[in-house]
Amino acid sequence: MALLSKKDTNLILDPLADNNPITIQVLGICSALAITAELKASVVMAISVLFVLGVGNVVISLMRNMIPNKIRIIVQLIVVATLVIIVDQVLKAFAYELSKTLSVFVGLIITNCIIMGRFEAFALGNGPWKAFLDGIGNSLGYGVILIIVGFFRELLGSGTLFGFKVLGDPVAKTGLYASGYENNGFMIIPPAALIVVGIIIWFQRSKNRALIEEN
Amino acid sequence: MALNTEKNVYTVLFACIMVIVVGSLLAYLATGLKPRIEENERFEKQQNILYAMGVNENEGEGSVNFIPTTEVESVFTDYIKEQLVISGGEITTDDEAYLIDMKKQLDALKRGNPARLPVFIGEKDGKKYHIIPMHGKGLWDAIWGFVAVDEQLIVQGIYFDHKQETPGLGANIKMRYFMDDFIGEQILDGERYVGIAVVKGNNDPLNNIKDDNEVDALAGATITGNGVSAMIRESVNLYRNYFESIRSN
Repeated sequence: MALLSKKDTNLILDPLADNNPITIQVLGICSALAITAELKASVVMAISVLFVLGVGNVVISLMRNMIPNKIRIIVQLIVVATLVIIVDQVLKAFAYELSKTLSVFVGLIITNCIIMGRFEAFALGNGPWKAFLDGIGNSLGYGVILIIVGFFRELLGSGTLFGFKVLGDPVAKTGLYASGYENNGFMIIPPAALIVVGIIIWFQRSKNRALIEEN
Repeated sequence: MALNTEKNVYTVLFACIMVIVVGSLLAYLATGLKPRIEENERFEKQQNILYAMGVNENEGEGSVNFIPTTEVESVFTDYIKEQLVISGGEITTDDEAYLIDMKKQLDALKRGNPARLPVFIGEKDGKKYHIIPMHGKGLWDAIWGFVAVDEQLIVQGIYFDHKQETPGLGANIKMRYFMDDFIGEQILDGERYVGIAVVKGNNDPLNNIKDDNEVDALAGATITGNGVSAMIRESVNLYRNYFESIRSN
């Protein structure tokens, strides 16, 4: 970690735990609920946000002294939308299969409040290198929660991980299902994600009481 | 920075420059990549049509494996013997019928204009397949697909795709375990074109009963499932006259 100063390291590590965008800043909840029924979708979303937030933060940071205050939100929106469309078009031309998997995420990335939130709160006031690290840190923090939620929802809801039947076959009654275990259909609908995120928030705050708000 | 970013003139100027820069960047990118994207879309349609008639690289159970894009063009001409276009009771052949956009045709029909409806006739191991396109609505956006039937109007294969159904729920209509359930089902109930309905709790989760015009639904994807049912019913009714003609032969 000689490359990064202590402050820089914190930019990456803080959002992973004590300043997590989902559980502490409560940003990006919508996509955390919408797409975490499967682990694979969670991972794809995490990587996409990593890219868009990393590059977007740098672009906004480079432009920070030029952006007129009155229209800064629109400028931020245009930067995100442009980045997402460029990625989408390039993938469509060179990795068509992958682009089909991603197409559903495009709209969700543009409207992801983490991205606008970090542009507004960090990139507008810091240099490009710091903004880049902040983007990476926050999207990693976001991705970690997404993957945890996706893991539990797919495992308990469908009995699979990345599509592999890890608990046996529910129709042919093999593995765990032979002893009468059933998949919990509730886990694959969005309210279950809210409950899983809630449990993570509860767990995190009970471990670190400093995070609990006063009232 | 000596720049006064609070001035209205600056704000307007900035907005204009931003629009021009972003607009030309995207336009340049879109035109530059267009030929490649169109080629990809063409290959995809060919892959989908071939998939519906069982020409694919599926192995056992598991994932959907198309004919690779590098070979699909020649495989398509090998297996698809004829491409027909039905327009106002007349049937003509058209080698680019597979490029017809079903959404536009359905919109035309809705407004009472004539439409061009494609049918693909495939042949594999001496067996004839009649493949029709489908187009409908899921929960969020469009769903579409192709269904291949034989002369008795028994489904030989089906392919579904979607624009943006929920991953893990509605998006699973393009999974093998859902699409394979349709194989062997009938689109006729007696003399009525009912299609195949996606239903919950039909006491046949393994889908052993093939003459009930029903397949088991996907949990958590009721509206997408209903969309699939409606799409199949509407599509087979659209091609009713054509199906009648192949049945009487």
